Amino acid sequence: MALRRFGQQGIVFALFAVLFALFSAALPGFATSQNMLTLLQNVAVLGILGLAMAIVVIGRGIDISLIAALAVPPGLVLQMVQDGHSLAASIITALALSIVMGLVNGWLIAYAEVPSLFTTLATGILVAGLGQATLFQVDVVQWSDGMKGFDKLGQGVVLGIPTPIIMFGLACLVVTFILRATRWGAYIYAIGDNPNAARVTGLPTRPIIVLQYVLAALIGCFAGFVLAASVNSMPTRIFNSTLIYDVILVVVLGGIGLSGGRGGVMNVIIGTLLIGTMLNGMTIMDVSYSGQNLVKGVVLLIAVITDSFVNPRNEETAQQGDI
Amino acid sequence: MGAMIKWKAAAFAAIGLAIGATAAAPTRADEKGLNEPFQGEFRKDLEGKTVAFVPVAMNFDLTEGWWAGLKKELEPYGVKFELRDPNWNTNAGAQAVTSLVSEKPAVMVIHNPDVQTYAKLLHRAEKEGIYVIQINMGSAYRSSAFVGANWIEIGERDANAVVDFCNGKSNKIAIMQGALSAAASAYTLRGVENVLEKHPEIKVVSSQAADWDAAKAKGIAQTVLKQNPDLCGIVGFWDGMDIGTAAAVKEAGLTGKVFVATSGGGERKGACEQVKSGAFDLDLSYDVPTQAASMAALIKWLLSSGVKPGEIKGSSYTTLIPVTKANADIETTCWNLSDLKK
Repeated sequence: MALRRFGQQGIVFALFAVLFALFSAALPGFATSQNMLTLLQNVAVLGILGLAMAIVVIGRGIDISLIAALAVPPGLVLQMVQDGHSLAASIITALALSIVMGLVNGWLIAYAEVPSLFTTLATGILVAGLGQATLFQVDVVQWSDGMKGFDKLGQGVVLGIPTPIIMFGLACLVVTFILRATRWGAYIYAIGDNPNAARVTGLPTRPIIVLQYVLAALIGCFAGFVLAASVNSMPTRIFNSTLIYDVILVVVLGGIGLSGGRGGVMNVIIGTLLIGTMLNGMTIMDVSYSGQNLVKGVVLLIAVITDSFVNPRNEETAQQGDI
Repeated sequence: MGAMIKWKAAAFAAIGLAIGATAAAPTRADEKGLNEPFQGEFRKDLEGKTVAFVPVAMNFDLTEGWWAGLKKELEPYGVKFELRDPNWNTNAGAQAVTSLVSEKPAVMVIHNPDVQTYAKLLHRAEKEGIYVIQINMGSAYRSSAFVGANWIEIGERDANAVVDFCNGKSNKIAIMQGALSAAASAYTLRGVENVLEKHPEIKVVSSQAADWDAAKAKGIAQTVLKQNPDLCGIVGFWDGMDIGTAAAVKEAGLTGKVFVATSGGGERKGACEQVKSGAFDLDLSYDVPTQAASMAALIKWLLSSGVKPGEIKGSSYTTLIPVTKANADIETTCWNLSDLKK
């Protein structure tokens, strides 16, 4: 068991180390502390989203509506402030919207027992459509004067570290605390490992599942705040992008099995670092867009193939729900 | 622009009135109105006709502006409107165009997602007797009218501005492209290349596609600026995306040292206010209300002309407004989406 868990995480970490060493040797400006900070800053939002996804995946679910949670409630804050509401009221409304979104997801999955993939796919489209049709005038919601101070969340430096990295760090600490130090966290692992056993043991499985999706929506909203603050606008069109695949990539690459019950914050950090290193190195080398996709695909394939060699699937390790 | 035409018309009318008044002065008693022979026909030609609009998506400043502008100009003449919003989905757009061809509106206003997809459909539409006006993004088929920005010119003018600024500095520039599949991005790149061919001293340290995404643009710009702190300019392809580029320049403390040139529809929050804040040094605006007015004028002309669709073809490239610190404060340089919708 310990070997298996070390397996994927170790492989990805090794891959990261090799890439890092290669780039450091080949690219003059790569291994500088300034560039390291840029690297981290560029993937901070992706990392925060990865944490939200990790909570759900550990509990044996998946949350495709995460990008809508990232785009719509923070976009609503910008829109409301633009329309003359106070920043505090806007933020409270956005958080309330996120919680409602999480509750609806959680209720449908835990009580109505609709598979998480379909539920969150639908609610994501619903919330994004709601934003487009009724909340926003245009799909890039611009910054306005009332947002003063809020940009600190995504811009500027504290003790030499860009704030998005600090936000990612804070989110890591909070999620680690929830998963490792609270009873709820232990329940999430138990449900992910074996939902039936967890229920038979007497765990409140349904409320815990609802909790997972509420947490995910709130963390997604937080990621949206950081994103909006860092680019001084909320491009709600991001919902149409392929960002959700990158989030899943971070989680799976980092070694959190889609079958649930395994992994943690460390895995998200490793997955994020690997993606960040690849993106940063290729940007420095000025690799073309198609070239970057090619490299991303190849690295993912190498990771998956190596994993299946090191951890061959058999009846013992394969679980129902494995993708 | 509109105000100027109105002013001229008023002047002519005043002169005409003065001449008429002197001529008619002696026979004031039997004064009768004169029927203008063409206006009745014109009204009949427009009344009840349908204009269908297929943008790549609604909900952004350009398409919302065109839609509002067209309605404002033509609805008072009894023109009916139909909107098909494919929401960035090219297949859905092709389906919308196909179904419109069989519904036979009088005019179709088409915003192409790329050069090829709609080309054959638009040809068929004109054969079926529908006037096709293409806006900002043309297809390989040349229809009755094209109204829009000249992307090559935008690329050239943005690149020239950056090259001029770089004169005597490091001569290192970066290019922030849009999405690779978009013709607007490819055409703009061509314009930039045209200028760079004449300036071999300029070194392009990065030319990457940021997918029209501000966050991606910021990430790329940050990395490029860390590697090349002496960079002197960035040519961006859309102001909505280059908010991210500009944020990276600002965070690096290089505002004013790195020239950011971009282009867009000229909406106040996205263009003038960004130039005023120093985020952009040059934002070439293809003023959306003017584009909408040009389209409306062409629709009026086509519908009242009796020309067979597809028989005549022409273009009306938009005259660009370079938004800089010099004119960003002037009220008429930019436009407000909220005003246009009123």
